[in-house]
Amino acid sequence: MKKKVDAVIIGAGPAGMAAAVSLRENGIKNILLVDREPVAGGILQQCIHNGFGVHHFKEELTGPEYAERYIDQINKNKIDLWLDSCVIDIEKNQDDTKTVVVLSKERGINYINTKAVVLAMGCRERNRGNINIPGSRPAGIMTAGTAQKLVNIYGYLPGKEVVILGSGDIGLIMARRMTWEGANVKAVIELQSYPGGLNRNIVQCLNDFDIPLYLSHTISNISGNDRIEEVEVSPLDENFEAIKSKSFNLKCDTLLLSVGLIPENELSIKIGVKLDPVTRGAYVDKNLMTIVPGIFSCGNVLQVHDLVDFVSEEAKICGASVAKYINNKLEKSKEIPLQKRNLVRYVLPSKVEIGKPALLSLRPMHPAKNMTLTVKTNSSVELFKRKYKNIFPSIMLRINIDVVPEDTEFVEIKFEKE
Amino acid sequence: MKKELICINCPQGCNLDVEFDKEKIISLEGNECKMGVKYAEEEIFHPVRMVTTTAAVMNGFIKLLPVKTSCPIDKSLTLNIVKEISKVRINAPVKSGDIIIKNILNTGADIVATRTVGKIGSW
Repeated sequence: MKKKVDAVIIGAGPAGMAAAVSLRENGIKNILLVDREPVAGGILQQCIHNGFGVHHFKEELTGPEYAERYIDQINKNKIDLWLDSCVIDIEKNQDDTKTVVVLSKERGINYINTKAVVLAMGCRERNRGNINIPGSRPAGIMTAGTAQKLVNIYGYLPGKEVVILGSGDIGLIMARRMTWEGANVKAVIELQSYPGGLNRNIVQCLNDFDIPLYLSHTISNISGNDRIEEVEVSPLDENFEAIKSKSFNLKCDTLLLSVGLIPENELSIKIGVKLDPVTRGAYVDKNLMTIVPGIFSCGNVLQVHDLVDFVSEEAKICGASVAKYINNKLEKSKEIPLQKRNLVRYVLPSKVEIGKPALLSLRPMHPAKNMTLTVKTNSSVELFKRKYKNIFPSIMLRINIDVVPEDTEFVEIKFEKE
Repeated sequence: MKKELICINCPQGCNLDVEFDKEKIISLEGNECKMGVKYAEEEIFHPVRMVTTTAAVMNGFIKLLPVKTSCPIDKSLTLNIVKEISKVRINAPVKSGDIIIKNILNTGADIVATRTVGKIGSW
């Protein structure tokens, strides 16, 4: 089938749904939202715990509730939503439009001609293959998100004696979930000297159940033939080398991995979108447009967020920019580089516009106390300054900076000790 | 008495230094908003938690209905509540917000559906 639209949004998770609604609000009617799953909502559907929506809806919701608010808006606005449909390719056409190739059980192979594309594919979990744990390759080793889907969607408990590697939020949430469902969670092992997830999840998912958290430790061996039987846990020295003489063993039948997320950018790379090696998401301008004109990116495929509220906010901004692009109203502006200094792991976008304020997202390299974040121009004009009692890599900061003055060559952002 | 707490109300997770006697909080430091005051008081004298789990649903397009407590409940009861919910079988269709169990284990909290589940074939 062939079809012509103004925008194709790839992925109907929180980012894709918010971008689609935003496009509609900005007057763009002929849009197509595509998702490979049989229901919209993305990862939210399996995140049955609460804590979503505190910023965006001003109330605490569970994942499925948050998703349903947006699904209702998709339905109300009669946005064309194709489920069980997978985008396999995006092609550039000579007239600057794109052709999006969609495979669908119901509709077969489809070539969608579109003025703009919104990349909203989200991210996927790092797996055993990404972190190279030595040992045998038995069953019972899976990512925390896989276990979450098994328990919360399909109703299977993947194991009874559980060790979790990595203290990311999904791992912590699953420590509590598996405990509530009758499993014995023996330990959470974290490579870094600080937890990867939010403090509140350490309290309510580990401390509430007396689950030990081993910081600066790793799993140095996995044993078991058919099923995992045991892991060897080793403390790490300052060079992150395992101190084998101090290692100990934990018996288990399940190992969950919560060792980070990678934006799912295979489609983006194929069409020539350039990625930032730190975020592994696309380089974007302040309109969230990638270096390929007409291709935009938002949500976890752009940068891994810790709060869905910020995904919705980012996608809304993205939708508004896409609407301008479609109407040929996206003005070309003078952009200058935004340079990161002390302790700033990344900042997004990587450029700011002369004569305009900007919204920046950033994360620090490691936790620190009593730091001041400043944004200054090359001629020392202060655009932003705020003190933080505590900063954590697990908490993304979102800041609004003042109008960038004329004749600025570059802007720099840094943390400084008070 | 003194205790260090981490507030669980929002992602910021403020470190709280609390001083208290048998009946009340004497001093509180470290909270960046007033939610920390309520949290410290509850956490010291009668800690509460939200419970979120799933209940079996029959004839629905999915097998499990996600549910939550309508308000935070006594922390020591969370496991009992999850077990109690695992006993029920609910018939689709269910709407998000429907009450599944009223006043569970006399806590005053209801168990509420958090997803709309239509009948089989109605995705």
